[in-house]
Amino acid sequence: MTEELNPRFNFGTLVVGAANRLAVTAARTVGESPGTAYNPLFIYGESGLGKTHLLMAIGQLAQQLQPGIDVEYVTLDEFVELYHAAVSAGQSEALRARFGRVDVLLVDDVHFLTHRREMQAELLRIIEQIQAANKQIVMSSDRPPAEIQELDDRLLVRFDGGLVVDIDVPDYETRLAILKRRASERGAQFDQSVLEEVARFDVQNVRELLGLLNRLVAYQAVSEIPLTADAANQLLAGEAPSRPSFVEPQPVAEPPRGDEFEEFLSGVTFTVHEQVEAWRSRVADAIVRWGGEGYRTDRLEGLLELEVPSGVERAIRDFERDVDRLRSFQRAMARVDPHRVSDPIFHDPDRLDEADALVQAALREGRPPPGPSEAWTLEALVVGDSNKVALNSANAVVAAPGTIYNPLVLVGPSGVGKTHLMHAIGNQLAGDPNVRVACLSAQQFVDELLDAIDGDRVEAWRKRYRSASALLLDDVHLLAGKERSQEELFHLFNTLYAEQRQLIFTLLAPPREVEGLDDRMISRFEGGLVVPMTAPDRALRRSIVRQKLEAKYHDVFDSVVDYIADQPVDSVRAVVNLVQRVFRAAQAEDREPDLAFVTALLEGAAPAPHRTAQRVRTSGILISPVGSVRSREKVVWDWPDQSDRVIEEYA
Amino acid sequence: MSLVNFTTREITCKIVYYGPGRSGKTTNLQYVYGRVPEDRRGRMVSLATETERTLFFDFLPLELGTISGFTTRFHLYTVPGQVYYNSTRKLVLQGADGVVFVADSQARQLDQNIESLQNLQANLIELDEDARSMPLVFQYNKQDLPSDLILTPDELDQALNFWGVPSFPSDALRGEGVFETLRAVSELVLRRLSQEAPA
Repeated sequence: MTEELNPRFNFGTLVVGAANRLAVTAARTVGESPGTAYNPLFIYGESGLGKTHLLMAIGQLAQQLQPGIDVEYVTLDEFVELYHAAVSAGQSEALRARFGRVDVLLVDDVHFLTHRREMQAELLRIIEQIQAANKQIVMSSDRPPAEIQELDDRLLVRFDGGLVVDIDVPDYETRLAILKRRASERGAQFDQSVLEEVARFDVQNVRELLGLLNRLVAYQAVSEIPLTADAANQLLAGEAPSRPSFVEPQPVAEPPRGDEFEEFLSGVTFTVHEQVEAWRSRVADAIVRWGGEGYRTDRLEGLLELEVPSGVERAIRDFERDVDRLRSFQRAMARVDPHRVSDPIFHDPDRLDEADALVQAALREGRPPPGPSEAWTLEALVVGDSNKVALNSANAVVAAPGTIYNPLVLVGPSGVGKTHLMHAIGNQLAGDPNVRVACLSAQQFVDELLDAIDGDRVEAWRKRYRSASALLLDDVHLLAGKERSQEELFHLFNTLYAEQRQLIFTLLAPPREVEGLDDRMISRFEGGLVVPMTAPDRALRRSIVRQKLEAKYHDVFDSVVDYIADQPVDSVRAVVNLVQRVFRAAQAEDREPDLAFVTALLEGAAPAPHRTAQRVRTSGILISPVGSVRSREKVVWDWPDQSDRVIEEYA
Repeated sequence: MSLVNFTTREITCKIVYYGPGRSGKTTNLQYVYGRVPEDRRGRMVSLATETERTLFFDFLPLELGTISGFTTRFHLYTVPGQVYYNSTRKLVLQGADGVVFVADSQARQLDQNIESLQNLQANLIELDEDARSMPLVFQYNKQDLPSDLILTPDELDQALNFWGVPSFPSDALRGEGVFETLRAVSELVLRRLSQEAPA
């Protein structure tokens, strides 16, 4: 007799907006833990706003989380029929027992209880039975309990004792979201402006809205040309259904004299409940509100267990004050370290002290040092003879940071992959959430120090880096001649080294060959492992070229790979640049590159070098005037085209 | 007197029917007694004189059962109306949570009504009770009598009810207005629960 749950009516297919957010939150809570949160849950709202959907969604969520749970959905009409059938068969006790066994009872359309005294009494009994067994009951109605005519006050008390939430008419944005979702579910393609036009219709419920959409879908199915907003408007003009009337004929009758004492008792029950238990609904309201905002409400839920409502108001006020404080901590954290504002601690009023400590610690430490770029990973590195040693030592460092090779110094000309490898190690180390990796270029290091000196914040700046679990510094040769920077790095090195924290540096040349580096720095670099990274050999160049080409094209000719790999270049970056050139040219001509194409391209006139390309790396253009290093990329061997030269006339 | 006890989960309300002699206070209680199921009412104690006037007081305990987890009891009392039993009236009034003032609607009884109301005020003051915050309702009884003999509820409101509290016309013998009055005073009493409940 009772209905199956419609599988379409679940939380996933429900569009949530301001009008139903509270109801959905409460329903989800009930579905997740039936019988514990809001019991009974009473959802009301006009027809077509999703009450039945919500009821069935609760049932399905409960079944999903607790397979085997007994969920029963019944409309009030069905309930009445069941009851009458049971009474005529002399089986009313059996019916009660049956509902008593249900874990989650979902009763739809309880507004039909109007004028049905005996059904009200029966429902009251069942609710009492279900509540006593800690089972869940959820009801829906088209009006609030107090407006259901001639409803027994004791039922009213029961409804109000749980949670009563309403669903309102969806706003424009929600209507638009519903239309979009339904249109895409039906595979119908409409222009955004068409759906916006439909959403503007002042419909009073979702069913009407979907009716409008159905008309459009039907029209579109037989139309050759796509529907426009104007056409949709014309099609639906005058068709938007008017607001349905929910006003039922009001019976004009004197209340029967009936049982005066029962009525008196009912009134007293209501008042006692309202007065004595009013605090429970205040607590429940607070739980829904703050739970809905994502705060842990264990403390408030604990209040509901109380026998004596001592200090409940104060407890709610305290809770709200704590939430306010959490918010202020969160704001403070956002200023210091935006990545940590989503820490769950900022949503737990019972961990206020920890949240405070977290913020205080963050304030002491200041902003965390910059971390490694996630774009560079170990997996993306192509291994060859020229970088095999460096990669091995990198793996050793990742396996045991701070103990084997400390510092690890990567030395090699520009473009061989030092920065890539350094960031890749940084990313590996940062995989541990407790590890704070500082990974930056020497230029940034110098700039920050200058800022700190300027703003009298040197001590904070030092703390920031001393708190790091690992320091990875790129292009250290840029510190040549900068005494203060080297001194700071020297002290930082010593501090971190003493605590066995990993240090990694990159240099264009072996430390001794960089002029302007302090001896004490050189000796410290050499005290670790200095690994040279050389220009890629032919095998590595081939691997790189093949990897890049295969990522782009289906068929890759060996001849093309060989030809590109044989070009006279001395860095990985130069190889990659060559491949990129081939990509661009092939794309411009809309073809796949073959040997003839590539040969013609690379042996023809070299394109004007991209000025910006050289500015990408600070190491490429900001060469220290003091430190002279042997890197072919740092020296302009041949002037490019005349037109690219900057000519200035001095007066 | 503690109206609501959260520790023992008990609510006890003492409601006193006050008013001049022969206004119908005991009749109110008798009607209530007649309508309450046997298992809900205690023995009605009525100490009456030989001429059937209340000498001492009437007492009707009502057991309303468990409401919201609280064992709820209503104790209904009447005071002797006759002026010379004032010490008894004061005794009964002590610890009252609410008062029903049963006035006799007959025009010729107006002075007695006023005298009794003044007496109520005086006794409340003596008992250190604030007359303005005491839950109070008026019942204008005997409204079934011929209209030329009685004052209308409006006229009685003008004459007696200067606090503007709820008032009910009644015919206590037939039960008209009896439960309405009881329910109104109960509501006023219970609404003070949350204010008086220990925080």
